[in-house]
Amino acid sequence: MSEPSGKFVLEPERYEFAAAPMHQFELARRDFFKLLGAGIAVFAIAKDATAEQETAPGHRSFHNEEWPKDINAWLHIGEDGTVTGFTGKAEIGQNARTELAQTIADELRVPFESVRMVMADTALTPFDAGTFGSRTTPTITPQLRRVSAAARDILVEAAAKNWNVAPERLVAADARVSDPASGRSLKYAELARGKTLAQNLPAEDPVTPAPQWTIAGRAIPKVDGRAFVTGRHQYTPDLRPAGMLYGKVLRPPSFGATLTAYDDSAAKAMTGVFVVRDGEFVGAAAPSADEAQSALDAIHAQWKEVPQIANKEIFSYLKQNAAAKTDDRFRKQRGSVEEGLASAAHRVDATYTVAYIAHAPLEPRAAVAQWADGKLTVWTGTQRPFANRDELADIFHLSESDVRVIVPDTGSAYGGKHTSDAAIEAARLARAAGRPVKVVWTREEEFTWAYFRPAGVIEVKSGIASDGTLTAWDFHNYHSGASGIDTPYVVLNQRTEYHPVPLILRSGSYRGLAATANHFARETHMDALTRAARMDPLDFRLKNLSDPRLRAVMEAAAKSFGWPHKKTQERQGFGLACGYEKGSYVATFAEVVVDKSSDAVRVARMVEAFECGAIVNPDGLRNQVVGAMIQGLGGALFEAVEFENGRIKNPHFASYRVPRFRDVPEIETILLDRKDIPSAGAGETPIMAVAPAIGNAIFDATGIRLNNLPMVPNGLRSA
Amino acid sequence: MAKRIELDINGKRYPVDYPADTALLYVLRDELGLTGSKYGCGEGQCGACTVLIGGAPRRSCQIPVSAAAAKPITTIEGLEKDGRLNPVQQAFLDAGAFQCAYCTSGMIISSVGLLQTNPNPSRAEIVQFLQGNVCRCGTHPRIIDAVQQAAKMIEEHGR
Repeated sequence: MSEPSGKFVLEPERYEFAAAPMHQFELARRDFFKLLGAGIAVFAIAKDATAEQETAPGHRSFHNEEWPKDINAWLHIGEDGTVTGFTGKAEIGQNARTELAQTIADELRVPFESVRMVMADTALTPFDAGTFGSRTTPTITPQLRRVSAAARDILVEAAAKNWNVAPERLVAADARVSDPASGRSLKYAELARGKTLAQNLPAEDPVTPAPQWTIAGRAIPKVDGRAFVTGRHQYTPDLRPAGMLYGKVLRPPSFGATLTAYDDSAAKAMTGVFVVRDGEFVGAAAPSADEAQSALDAIHAQWKEVPQIANKEIFSYLKQNAAAKTDDRFRKQRGSVEEGLASAAHRVDATYTVAYIAHAPLEPRAAVAQWADGKLTVWTGTQRPFANRDELADIFHLSESDVRVIVPDTGSAYGGKHTSDAAIEAARLARAAGRPVKVVWTREEEFTWAYFRPAGVIEVKSGIASDGTLTAWDFHNYHSGASGIDTPYVVLNQRTEYHPVPLILRSGSYRGLAATANHFARETHMDALTRAARMDPLDFRLKNLSDPRLRAVMEAAAKSFGWPHKKTQERQGFGLACGYEKGSYVATFAEVVVDKSSDAVRVARMVEAFECGAIVNPDGLRNQVVGAMIQGLGGALFEAVEFENGRIKNPHFASYRVPRFRDVPEIETILLDRKDIPSAGAGETPIMAVAPAIGNAIFDATGIRLNNLPMVPNGLRSA
Repeated sequence: MAKRIELDINGKRYPVDYPADTALLYVLRDELGLTGSKYGCGEGQCGACTVLIGGAPRRSCQIPVSAAAAKPITTIEGLEKDGRLNPVQQAFLDAGAFQCAYCTSGMIISSVGLLQTNPNPSRAEIVQFLQGNVCRCGTHPRIIDAVQQAAKMIEEHGR
């Protein structure tokens, strides 16, 4: 099992890395040797950089992001001129496939249409820790640029050698190398013919700066768009290899329940049905999903349940069970909070809470597993194909080279598809059946057996001087996480601490991680301080901010929104919030209207300014920003997982409310393109400021301060 | 018990042997390989499985296969004619009205159904009509734009 790594510096609170898989299998001794004997791996090419990378010790620790240096691992120019880029990142709706192909086309000087990407296939692509943390743009686009530049240099040198001229006088453009002096030119395809491009990546190869990009930086539509609007694209649940069976898993009645009595004789007597019991895992595979379900229904199982707490008591539980020691990595202490509080002209102390919420990706967790000659191939929608491969290898006692994980472009994830549960289930059933097996989780399984964005409690004490200068800031997050925990405001006296609490529900990453919770608390609190100081919320923030990039998004959003905004109707309010995280900056402004008779809160308008350095694809970026705003609105207003006695009480779209068309306000986005700054990721940060902007607008409209997410699950009256 | 049922899908006839109460979605996907209609919830709450039955959008996860036999069925696979996209498909493509696109089949089929009964819907009417279709990526504004654009295309060039 991959151990949680204390050295993992990227986003340490992604603690689902430490969560054990849901199932453990006890392989029989004879199976173990059978599999080992049949499963010796031979790497296709000894010099293959991918193979070297995968056999290198320590590659499983997530802090180790050593990229293979051999150009073949990343880029291939075919004899027909087709360019293929390889990356272990997955396409999950964030449009990475398009921006990466753009990057290669731009740097290599080839038409966009001639580039294709091979992504997230452990047999073909270089090792990658996972598609999370907004890392694809900042880490992979520079890598692909460098290999593309190196490939271009190789082509130029090849042409120079052909013509016996100096490479400096040659020009690479439009998939050709040309000699302006003589008028000669050769296509890349002609230059690649019969050659092997196995050259090491030069350490310092100059790449094209953003102001000179021609293909990157453009609003190129999503590649393969036609396959999606015609229904031809095959997601994991759409795959049907020959002879495939449908798998279903018997779920315990509650979390942590264990089998005490079991009889599967009736199920095993059914024609064409394979029943597996291995430890606490019970599943069935059959020629149809209905038959697999009938087999499960015929199993007599008794369970021992364990008492568990309910969502109603969660926040007091979190406070009481916090570790005595806070997490050192996130502790920040400067000046004296006590003195800062004592000298303040105004003080505001408050407690904030955030509920567990679900990712609810529309494509549920799914996998198709196929065994052949002791080797396992799994197609699954995951953000971490290599980690899935390692877990499968561990669980089935295989070498990693005998497991191949392939990720078809996936129906979204939002941080929710890190684990390999469906892959393990399908593989276990397929091994028993000797045929491919597909497992597709039901919506109820999704809402129950996946993992959640953790709940949390945040306590803030603060003070300001009479001129609105922050004098003290004391910020404590219990359980929800440390992302975005540091205040961007200038405060001489501050203390920030993250207090871990043992898991209650299975928890893990969610778009933006705890940055959403921490920004909700901080930016709501800043609004409360504004009121205490009787200042304008924008002026108050700008007074306490020095970061020019954060000021820039604030000012851009304020201008588009029309801040300060005059009220044009009763119970109308305006609010704003801002922040930065993972190298990108966001400011969100919201307008709400509260219905006079029903007290229903309607978000009428949202304006968001976002800056993530040089923009690679403004069209895809706008989709991500708008999408994050709408997703953030759900968690802000009404999304919450309800649970009691180890059961999820609202595991359906009818009872777990997600944003729908009627909830969507008028939305405006301002994308600041900073061609002088390296591109950062954009999938997460645009969600962070949505909830506090809306909450602050609700306060402006009603005078009611809402400190708990979701804010109005049943309208304002229940809040 | 399995029963012989004949379905008329995208202008072709398909005889299938299925228990009469099996939902149409599973017959389309598992038996006929028409996987463009998606499973999203199996409860009629998300719209990813929407097909046209007799021209009206229906949640195929809620329709017993026996009830679908009487009328012509159109799935996402049946909208493209002779390599030409349906105007709604074209408008979704032009507007970039999808991200992960798992909801897209259902959105497009629902919108085709809407435009058949209301060729020039207002934004509010589109919102009302698509309220039962979930897009988790938050692409709603572009979806509304695409439906309006499709209405224009149909008005100018026909279906």
